[in-house]
Amino acid sequence: MTHYRLDFLWSDYLVWSIVSAVIIYAWYVQKYPHLLSPWKLVVCNSRGMAAATVFLVFIVISCADSIHYRSELSVQDGKSVYSTELNSALDLILEPIKKNREKTYSAPFATHLFSKETVKNELGHDQRIFPRLRFGGTHLADPVADWLPDIFKKSLSGILMACVIWLFGFLVVLSVMSRLKKTPIKKLYASIWSDSSMSAFRAVCITIAIMLLIGVPLVYLASYYHVFGTDKVGQDVCYQALKSIRTGMVIGLLATIVTLPIAVLLGVMAGYLRGWVDDCIQYIYTTLSSIPSVLLIAASVLMMQVYIENHTELFPSAESRADIRLLALCVILGMTSWTGLCRLLRGESMRLRELEYIQAAHAFAVSDWRIMMQHILPNVMHIVIMALVMDFSGLVLAEAVLSYVGVGVDTSMMSFGTMINSARLEMAREPMVWWSLSVAFTFMLLLVLAANIFADAVREAFDPRLKAKVP
Amino acid sequence: MGAYLFRRILYGILVLVGVNMITFGLFFFVNSPDDMARAQLGLKRVTPAAVEKWKVERGYDKPLFVNNAVQGFAKVNETIFYEKSIKLFAFEFGESDQGRNIGFDIANRMWPSLAVQLPAFMIGLPIYLSFALLMAFLRSTYVDIWGVLLCVLMMSISVMFYIIAGQYFFGKLWNLVPISGYDTGFDAIKFLALPILISVISGLGSNARWYRTIFLEEMSKDYVRTARAKGLPEHKVLFVHVLKNALIPILTGVVALIPMLFMGALITESFFGIPGLGSYTIDAITQQDFAIVRAMVFLGSVLYIIGLILTDISYTLVDPRVRLS
Repeated sequence: MTHYRLDFLWSDYLVWSIVSAVIIYAWYVQKYPHLLSPWKLVVCNSRGMAAATVFLVFIVISCADSIHYRSELSVQDGKSVYSTELNSALDLILEPIKKNREKTYSAPFATHLFSKETVKNELGHDQRIFPRLRFGGTHLADPVADWLPDIFKKSLSGILMACVIWLFGFLVVLSVMSRLKKTPIKKLYASIWSDSSMSAFRAVCITIAIMLLIGVPLVYLASYYHVFGTDKVGQDVCYQALKSIRTGMVIGLLATIVTLPIAVLLGVMAGYLRGWVDDCIQYIYTTLSSIPSVLLIAASVLMMQVYIENHTELFPSAESRADIRLLALCVILGMTSWTGLCRLLRGESMRLRELEYIQAAHAFAVSDWRIMMQHILPNVMHIVIMALVMDFSGLVLAEAVLSYVGVGVDTSMMSFGTMINSARLEMAREPMVWWSLSVAFTFMLLLVLAANIFADAVREAFDPRLKAKVP
Repeated sequence: MGAYLFRRILYGILVLVGVNMITFGLFFFVNSPDDMARAQLGLKRVTPAAVEKWKVERGYDKPLFVNNAVQGFAKVNETIFYEKSIKLFAFEFGESDQGRNIGFDIANRMWPSLAVQLPAFMIGLPIYLSFALLMAFLRSTYVDIWGVLLCVLMMSISVMFYIIAGQYFFGKLWNLVPISGYDTGFDAIKFLALPILISVISGLGSNARWYRTIFLEEMSKDYVRTARAKGLPEHKVLFVHVLKNALIPILTGVVALIPMLFMGALITESFFGIPGLGSYTIDAITQQDFAIVRAMVFLGSVLYIIGLILTDISYTLVDPRVRLS
């Protein structure tokens, strides 16, 4: 049995600390009814919960991709020698499709390469043909005749499997619910499809069903074919897309969180303390926001690149260099986007400081710092939560653009931006290589759309102005 | 008003000083010119002589703030800080790595950018507004619900997808317009049509949704209730009363964007090969031409500040309640 050594990157630590922070926050929220009530609105929003279900799948994938390890190659003098290749738990799961590289482009579900090659036939003559793939569809004896029936058969059995999994899961959840709510299963089942209070649960069930119906056949087929084709160097596109999810997630989440403390502190201070503090802080964020964000990011990333190149001793492996670059990109992206949040918090704190309860705290000689932390901060948290979820989608989209410009993540790191960037040149080929681009755009669309719809649900629940308007 | 504007302009200059300090810090403190030379020359060709030559070519061989080698005013004049930072205020951007005058390039490349951005802006705004009005007029009906969903969907699609899909269908498949390129005079229209169309479409989702929220916010105000109580028909309430008042936040928000039109759209210009400021910026970034990046940062901030001041002025023009002081 091979031994493994966990080898976490900096971004892994941050991903896991965010996950634990969310869990602690959830545990904290459920103790206080006033904190819980907006989240209850989110949970009752069927559209939002359907989006959250899709989003959760992306989160699980990126968490699996955030457990990095090195495998042991050999033991020398009692010391283990570890592989230079840094793998993640996701790589472990996807090992079959990662290993099975083709020579070059092949279309989704193809059995032959996309381009002709000169091969010697039985008689020893050179022939220009589309050679069979090394991996995709090798189980077929006669690819021309068997191909369509095989795919049909396999997807049908995949769909059947999906139905079985879904029904089983549904029944388990149903029986647990009936035990908890002490209602008979039959009555509960009827209420799910008719009761409007169960509409969110219904939406989640349907979303899971759709995801299973698409996902299970694809997973089943992926062990026989390249379901999304292969790219120029023969790498499976499905593998690339799944690995790209983590990059997008890390950028979307970390960029806002990294600069969150500064934005919150400065915003609350400016709004509450006013005077010269306010002037200074306003000056800082006006200056930062006056620089066009792409240029500020480009300038910072260029400078950081120079720094990393000149200090290679600090970052031993290529992975750690790419990882540091990803983190730096997050910080820089955060730097350009915190100004908006800071401005909002300043306005809200300015409004709050005039309210009676703050005046009362003043009269009791509570210190400024305590007022800001204990009385103002909890009352502006809804703005922070809204900003966190609403910035996410923009950041994921920005990553793709920045990678295109050449100031995004490291080229060795898989991301939607690098996928689009390398696939863009394939557009000119005749016939067109369309699958890399479409897969990258589809995955990005799914991630961003889920985030946007969920963000809308959160905003509807948390924004007091929106709540007042609903008749 | 005059005194207020004067103060705003002074504040704008102060902000520009801050921007310059940030870029100066980024370009000359985080990394020394030696570091930049080494990174740009590549690892193989780095000899002290090559680094020195690179620095002399770009004027980075001078001291940062005080030049003790010369006398008089030259002590401050012949320094990196003066040459690279102070001179920006006079719009003297110096020379790019190819030895071209950056100020001249910017003045030339501004117009193609504007040729895409201005029509896109003029066509886009009425479309966004009418779509938003339609949704607000038919609020909480299926038109509104699906309209908002459509907006969210359109917002979630990357700009690059619109461009690539547009180039594929209009350029490659249907041969309606050339895929990329640029021409002067009236011939430019066939090159500009697609970029303009795509700019309008890619902005539809976020803008229409944003205007819809503004309309809805305006519709929850007291004067609207009064208008309804008077017995005005709903279309009159919406198109006369609400539209007029909602245009205040919308127009003032839009005015801030007008100067930025000069900066061009990065991705669109680069994909369509339009020789504007957007593609200029991208080229500078990919070639790591630091002088152009610094010049564009400065120009962008100037335009942003002009936008801020224009917003203030437009507020007083459209809303008589606002007095600047």
